[in-house]
Amino acid sequence: MTMLRRWRTWAWVLPAVVLLLVFVYYPIADNLRLSLFSWNAFSPEPRFVGLDNYAEAFGDPVFWRALGNNTAYAVVSLIFQGGLSLVLAALLEELVGRRMRGLLRTLYFIPAAMSITVVGVLFSFLYNPRYGLLNGALNGLGLGHLARAWLGEEGSAIWSVIAMSQWQSVGYTAVLFVVAIQRIPREYYEAAKVDGGGPVRTFFSITLPMVREMTTLVVILTISGAFLVFNEVMVMTAGGPDNSSQVLGTWLYRKAFMEDDMGYAATVATVIFVITFAIAAAQLAFSRRRRYDT
Amino acid sequence: MSSTSLTRPAGSAHGTRARTGTPVRVRTVVARLLGWSLLAGFGVAVLYPVLWMVLSGFKDNQEIFNQPWGLPGELRWENWARAWDLGVVRYFTNSVIVTSATIVATTLISAWAAYGMCRLRLPFGNGVALLVLGGLLLSPTVALIPLFRLLTSIGLFDTYWALIVLYTAFRVPFTIFLIRAYMIELPRSVDEAATIDGASSTQIFWRIILPMSRPILVSAALLQALFAWNEFAFALVFVSDDSLKTLPVGLMAMQSRLLTDWPVMLAGLSMAALPTIVLFLIGQRQFLRGLTEGVGK
Repeated sequence: MTMLRRWRTWAWVLPAVVLLLVFVYYPIADNLRLSLFSWNAFSPEPRFVGLDNYAEAFGDPVFWRALGNNTAYAVVSLIFQGGLSLVLAALLEELVGRRMRGLLRTLYFIPAAMSITVVGVLFSFLYNPRYGLLNGALNGLGLGHLARAWLGEEGSAIWSVIAMSQWQSVGYTAVLFVVAIQRIPREYYEAAKVDGGGPVRTFFSITLPMVREMTTLVVILTISGAFLVFNEVMVMTAGGPDNSSQVLGTWLYRKAFMEDDMGYAATVATVIFVITFAIAAAQLAFSRRRRYDT
Repeated sequence: MSSTSLTRPAGSAHGTRARTGTPVRVRTVVARLLGWSLLAGFGVAVLYPVLWMVLSGFKDNQEIFNQPWGLPGELRWENWARAWDLGVVRYFTNSVIVTSATIVATTLISAWAAYGMCRLRLPFGNGVALLVLGGLLLSPTVALIPLFRLLTSIGLFDTYWALIVLYTAFRVPFTIFLIRAYMIELPRSVDEAATIDGASSTQIFWRIILPMSRPILVSAALLQALFAWNEFAFALVFVSDDSLKTLPVGLMAMQSRLLTDWPVMLAGLSMAALPTIVLFLIGQRQFLRGLTEGVGK
């Protein structure tokens, strides 16, 4: 009887636990299993093929191209969201008065509040080869030779998508850094000022070390975000032209829902899972070590 | 800081740096100027495309193709009306339905779980915490294919429910941690006093803990609104009936229907972006609290 009473508290967590088990955990586990079968939406009986799907993926140049594009996404995002965002945040705190700072912070955040479809379609207009503002601006500046069909050429499609993504996210990360900087005790800065340190030195000796925790988090989120990316590419190029801007997420989608090669698609999903899980585990290990450190 | 540094003459820092060539004063001014231009330049880069989108929604095709940088000759509200009728109204309604439902479900279910986890004695409470933590690490993209099978077999495919249930399930872990971090700080004495007065844990939750957690519940609801309103991948894969599509996917369908009618499309985009931007402007403080709490813990 007392046992039963103790378990009654489970009523509070039960809805969350059930939702998680059925719609989050089960599908991830099922995906691992499905990647070992060859099947499509119409074949009633999936056929066990072992690791054949993995062999197929690892021998497929598009798979490697997608992985390469994810990596490019990660590198560029790290530079902009780890670097530029932090610089913008530090400048906001150092140079700008209170009211103006709030205004700029709000402004910087606006793209992050817009849906990816809105931003994606808007940028596909800006990138339009004939009427887009980008080519118009280049022509106006006498740089007409740089103008191109940004999303329509193999050489530039993925980079154009990545650039749009930075436009949307840099302000968001900058705002996160602003909050982290505001948590640094003011005395540190006053001490630095008294010691005659210039703003650049103060940035490196105080701001940078003091926001380390936020930096780590942003780095982790940025990298795993780059390997999970789907929406941006789907909205703007759907992986084209000729699979040149394919990332793992869109390649999975194409294989599963356009080519109906479900086993292969589940394999790509497993690869994404392994990569992002490793990154998340690294983060956990890191934050645990820090907790013991301090 | 030592007393020598306090009494050091102001000129000394000046003197040591001056050896590099430029006086500190000039260098500071240049640095400030550079800093300001970076801040302003980024502001313009962010604002201009958004303004262009809204203003171009008032143009006609002639204007948008021939003077893309110019202002609209007149305010053509008919573009906005047309975008509204051509699909925005339907997608907008669907988004409102799905978003409201998942806000209520996510906030309530997470608040219940957070309450159970941090204020009641829960057998295997650590196991639950681990399950929730693990849920934070698992991403929707990886689950697309099994979820497609699952939703088809239980008859949720191509319904509002598919999105409501998934938006809730995948956001419950984050929301639980957000609310828990707040609830755990509420004084224990509150529950104890209420228990002595004979209140059950259900009464304590609804009458005391939930009202006291209002600030964080607002943050959680706002973040869920932003997430659900803008979610794309699930909405693309699990809803195929055009009359059920939410804005992010509906806009894509609209774009392929409209093709060359840029002004109408841009008016539609502006309308789709408006609710979350307004929500952010109004609830900025709550938004930021939620984001930084959620990211920082």
